[in-house]
Amino acid sequence: MKTILISAFVVVTATAAFSENQVATLRGKAPLAETYTAPTFPKVDNSDVRQVRNYPEQPPVIPHKIDGYQIDTKFNKCLDCHSRTAIEVSQAPMVSITHFMDRDSQFLASVSPRRYFCTQCHVPQAEGQPLLENTFVDVDQVLDYIKSNEGGGQ
Amino acid sequence: MRRLLSRMWWLLSKPATHLSLGFLTLGGFIMGVIFWGGFNTALELTNTEEFCTGCHEMRDNVFVELQSTVHYSNASGVRATCPDCHVPHAWSSKIARKMAASKEVYGKIFGTISTREKFEAKRLDLAQHEWARFEANDSLECRNCHSSESMDVTLQSKRASEAHERFLLTGEKTCISCHKGIAHELPDMSGAQEDHAQNSAVLQSYLKELEN
Repeated sequence: MKTILISAFVVVTATAAFSENQVATLRGKAPLAETYTAPTFPKVDNSDVRQVRNYPEQPPVIPHKIDGYQIDTKFNKCLDCHSRTAIEVSQAPMVSITHFMDRDSQFLASVSPRRYFCTQCHVPQAEGQPLLENTFVDVDQVLDYIKSNEGGGQ
Repeated sequence: MRRLLSRMWWLLSKPATHLSLGFLTLGGFIMGVIFWGGFNTALELTNTEEFCTGCHEMRDNVFVELQSTVHYSNASGVRATCPDCHVPHAWSSKIARKMAASKEVYGKIFGTISTREKFEAKRLDLAQHEWARFEANDSLECRNCHSSESMDVTLQSKRASEAHERFLLTGEKTCISCHKGIAHELPDMSGAQEDHAQNSAVLQSYLKELEN
């Protein structure tokens, strides 16, 4: 009985200590019973300026608004500008040719069905505040770090 | 029948003997006002959203789709109703469109698009008619609200201002050329969009494969 009590005490204090370090969720610190005023929608970047990829295989982010874009089996609004044949008029970047490849690495005449739903990977960017600080380090910085460490070791 | 007609003609061609000229002209004028007003009131009644969405074909298909678009719900609260875009505002063109719409009455009676499936099957056809109408009148119904003279491209986003300067202000294209499907969902465009995942049949069989 005593051991159970002690272990229960330990669990309770541990969770209390742990919860203090937790980040605020989207709900903020509002108690469950109270209604929390939701923050306003952050503005979506519509600058049309292409952004650097954080790593080579990152799907490029969309530098413009895509509100109301229809992407379904009937129609794909993105391809109105980004398709192979449309870019001369639109001057938008063309869908990468890797998107024409099926899973057996065979190139098709147009965008492969598995790569057809653009917003599965490509997303617009909003000017929101991140809940957690991002500690991501670019590969170039990693290489620089390794190089400088190797240099220091020799 | 023939006798009745000739009697009617005799009656109409005979000068009025008991009625004064003042009564006839004034009476004609007043009746004219009543008939004309009644006609226009009835016409305007068919030019409302309530009238259009009175049938399930419009209410359950295109009207539902409109509601999530910027032409129904937006920051400023100004919105377009069905006739704002689908019926010309000038009287003569309006009458012409209303006469053409008698085919829609036929469609309603015979249930041409009475189910969702029938509507989807006919959708491309219907949409193409409307696009052709907009192309022919230089997107008049768009320009009733969005005039290119009042459009300050410097206030637009880079993408929008570039496109409008290149295509709209030069007159190379008209609104509908680029802005299709802004108020309703687009029909199956596999025939009209070249890079449409080969064709949507391939896409659909692929999606079915994924489900299994």
